[in-house]
Amino acid sequence: MFKILKYSFYDLMRSKWSYFYFLFYLLLGFLLLFLNNDVSKGIITLLNIIVVLVPLIGTIFGIMYFYNAREFTTLLLAQPIRRSHIFLGQFLGVGGSLTLCLVLGLGIPFVVYGLLRSGAIWDFGLLLVVGACLTLIFTALSFNVALRNTNRIKGFGYAVLLWLFLAIVYDGLFLLSLLIFEEYPLDTYALVGSMVNPIDLSRILILLKLDISVLLGYTGAVFKSFFGTSKGLIIALIVLVLWIVIPVRLMIRQGNKKDF
Amino acid sequence: MIQISNLHKSFKKNHVLKGIDLAIDKGGIYAILGPNGSGKTTMIKSILGMIVPNEGQLKVDGEDIAKKYVYRQKLNYLPQIANFPGNIKVSELIRMIIDLREQTADHEPLLDTFGLRPYLDQKLSTLSGGSAQKVNLVLTFMFDNPIYILDEPTTGLDPNALIRFKELLKRERDKGKTILITTHIMPFVEEVADEIIYLLEGRIGFKGSIEALLELHKVEDIEHAIAQMAKNMVDV
Repeated sequence: MFKILKYSFYDLMRSKWSYFYFLFYLLLGFLLLFLNNDVSKGIITLLNIIVVLVPLIGTIFGIMYFYNAREFTTLLLAQPIRRSHIFLGQFLGVGGSLTLCLVLGLGIPFVVYGLLRSGAIWDFGLLLVVGACLTLIFTALSFNVALRNTNRIKGFGYAVLLWLFLAIVYDGLFLLSLLIFEEYPLDTYALVGSMVNPIDLSRILILLKLDISVLLGYTGAVFKSFFGTSKGLIIALIVLVLWIVIPVRLMIRQGNKKDF
Repeated sequence: MIQISNLHKSFKKNHVLKGIDLAIDKGGIYAILGPNGSGKTTMIKSILGMIVPNEGQLKVDGEDIAKKYVYRQKLNYLPQIANFPGNIKVSELIRMIIDLREQTADHEPLLDTFGLRPYLDQKLSTLSGGSAQKVNLVLTFMFDNPIYILDEPTTGLDPNALIRFKELLKRERDKGKTILITTHIMPFVEEVADEIIYLLEGRIGFKGSIEALLELHKVEDIEHAIAQMAKNMVDV
């Protein structure tokens, strides 16, 4: 598995898109810090970008890599390698290189602007952890879509729709449902509703850590009052990890059944 | 070495393999023939575990291969179309496959045989079809394993390379290897094959030596025998 991971990683590190992604974050980091001139404020702005953009990039990279590596995958399947290791290795290769771009791209400007001397280092660290989780979640989801669709155009479409739904449409529907049923006690419903969407969950997680009640919104407030800050943080993190584990398991299961 | 019993495979509504029973228990060159869509590639890929059968059993060296992967150490596979990851060099691909298989490989003489040395530093995407097929051959024949599975190996080869390839095949057969080849080129079959396995509409239509096939249909060459078999099956 580590060999597959190694080759996938090398392959991506040679791709100009990885550098593009890295440079984008580098630029974004410097720009935000230049405009805000404050590490803590920079983190809040960054949060809003990360929870939408990281999933999109994870989705697109994941689906493109999977389809482009089809020949490589077929070549690997004829070798004495366990099937699950092939897919897991490729998944970690994509997820790993994207995470590296994110961590380095944002890390460098923040360190330059004095992150290490500020109190925001833990907040920033958590932001990167959430970014890494979102990368892995959406890469895994896109691998699932790609494994189920041989047609590239369809697969690409479904993957982007999935992102669109979780990043944008879901919030609207969720809010609408809260409004419609506002006469009923909705705490549990809101709690579950926010856990079902990894993007919402990530947002709440960071805001809980930053302790900015104004930005928490209704679901965040429910989360906080139900679990309290520290317990809420831990639970949100656990659910986020589950969001990685379950799609990865599904991906392996689908990979074992598929014909090449 | 290879036992296939009651092998079925469908792709959605398309029932490709309809109960294949086949036993290959000694070395030699086996030509797998049959019209397009008769299930040759599907059968081969089932042996390799790339296709998961709906029904039936496959054994390699007496071991059921379902959900296994270690047995593939004994198999060298040449895929039908030489589709490689395009952005790596020939030499890197060779190194990578050796690294992944964790077996000792002897690729140096093969590079000379097929005149591939000038291409070692070229990206795979820039190779011509024939050169890519030569790389494919090197990747397959550089490992010294008991079973070879070759899917249309002659595609794109120039006459010189074809001669070299046939020599290579005969050499490996003389070492006692089991070699399965799918092809549509009958003169090639007549020249190298010890046995013929004929697939038609997902079933084994014939298995035996070339002589037996010609005897059976009372014809002079394989081409006519094959044509007659296809006709007979349709008549039935």
